[in-house]
Amino acid sequence: MSQSLRPYLQAVRTSLSAALCLSNFASQTAERHNVPEIEAQTSPEVLLAPLTIARNENERVLIEPSINSIRVSIKIKQADEIEHILVHKFTRFLTQRAESFFILRRKPIKGYDISFLITNFHTEEMLKHKLVDFIIQFMEEVDKEISEMKLFVSSVALARWFRWPPRLIIKQLNARARFVAESFLTPFD
Amino acid sequence: MAAPEVHHLFHNPIADHSFSADRKTLAVARESNVELYGRVGKAFKLKDELKGHDKTVTSVDIAPNSGRIVTCSQDRNALVWEPSPQGYKPTLVLLRINRAATFVRWSPSEAKFAVGSGDRVIAVCYFEEENDWWVSKHLKKPIRSTITTVAWHPNSVLLAAGSTDAHARVFSSFIKGVDTKPEPGVWGERLPFNTVCGEYLNNSAGWVHAVGFSPSGDALAFAAHDSSITVVYPSGADEPPRAIVSINTQLMPFMSLIWNGEGEIIAAGYDCEAYRFKGGEGGWQLSGTLEAAKGRPALGGGDREESALNMFRQMDLKGKVSKDDTQLKTVHQNTVTMLRPYETNGERVTKFSSSGVDGRLVIWNA
Repeated sequence: MSQSLRPYLQAVRTSLSAALCLSNFASQTAERHNVPEIEAQTSPEVLLAPLTIARNENERVLIEPSINSIRVSIKIKQADEIEHILVHKFTRFLTQRAESFFILRRKPIKGYDISFLITNFHTEEMLKHKLVDFIIQFMEEVDKEISEMKLFVSSVALARWFRWPPRLIIKQLNARARFVAESFLTPFD
Repeated sequence: MAAPEVHHLFHNPIADHSFSADRKTLAVARESNVELYGRVGKAFKLKDELKGHDKTVTSVDIAPNSGRIVTCSQDRNALVWEPSPQGYKPTLVLLRINRAATFVRWSPSEAKFAVGSGDRVIAVCYFEEENDWWVSKHLKKPIRSTITTVAWHPNSVLLAAGSTDAHARVFSSFIKGVDTKPEPGVWGERLPFNTVCGEYLNNSAGWVHAVGFSPSGDALAFAAHDSSITVVYPSGADEPPRAIVSINTQLMPFMSLIWNGEGEIIAAGYDCEAYRFKGGEGGWQLSGTLEAAKGRPALGGGDREESALNMFRQMDLKGKVSKDDTQLKTVHQNTVTMLRPYETNGERVTKFSSSGVDGRLVIWNA
């Protein structure tokens, strides 16, 4: 782990554990409803000030807490065009499987690559510190995976550019992305 | 200090719990039902289920003398369960609210109860003989958000309430014909219905999670979401309070608090354990946790066996063998939602019970 990554992740970890103090809170605006207040945004007094933790202009985390839910959005590092494509493919793969992923939001917040929505029902059935661990680990691994995939793409592209049609390369890439993504899908069994 | 008595009832959150006066019956709010447990030897056995709500039950309270149980739920209703030889008989209360009911408590006189709600009102309910019905009067005036908690003054007229608009307030809930005129005290002399006897905000304006009057009723403590506890000592009607003492902590916010005599408060919340505060008008401080540092009861078995395949898979994917850190070092494994005095000796609490989101009920020595 690089020197600047550790304090960054530590800041995210402590902010997340403080923000994850959620309680069951029924809606004040809609009768007989119990909705994540951070998504509904109907009662300003139950929302807390959002917090951005940035390592640099390309890597940042946005935490939006409220009384019964928090939204965590992550901007993954993208140095060039190919990383941009890889991040897009990777997050798309995950968000398409959002329901088996419990805390994943189907659509990221504008300006971010991937968003998580954690409600009081998640903290009731899952351990809070493990939820925090999971997001931290996700942030740690995702950079590594993206650069690994990038290396893979370049090597495949160099060696087989003239013999393999590009479709096959994409197929291989997808297989790798699937393998990596599936390792993220298991922690909540 | 004797070890606490841990009862793991089920795997759902316990929103609230209440013991009967003889401590043989325990009412627990579980999802949209209330479960009644009876003490059998050292354990609690499920005796009865009170089914009547169709949304999450948020609060339950047993009146110590009459044995009536009042419950309220996010389906906007409150029910009074009358004990009878055939079991408990529910009566719907005319709350006249159209948002979730969040918190309910019997007054010490047991003639009234207060229901906090998301409708920005507190319904003070009492029994009307001529209509044979529980009716309510609304405390409405300065409340601007959901009521999260209420607590009664020992005189059954004053009512403290905490709300998500960050205020802790003290109201008069005097109802003619139900209450006798209270003695004038530090909170005020004349107390018609809906008199606001005090309105307090803490330093950083966090949502108030818990309120409580001291045993004499002359001080009010409230816990807020900024991890602080504030104690207010009023000095009389229309005068600024004698002292407001705020205790800021580095801990997670507290969800519930109880007084133990005039100089001690026990609070618990998101840190999953109970803490003791000591002090008085001059100042308060955190004096420590109630959990013994060692000799915490072992909750599960020892280290779990890992299959070799699993271990190598972990090493391949995550670069490390994951150690089992799925258990907290505290007795409660998730947020403590409610503290209640269990056994009292005059003003002192000798034992108290706590319930949590982890489905555990623990009886502690104070």
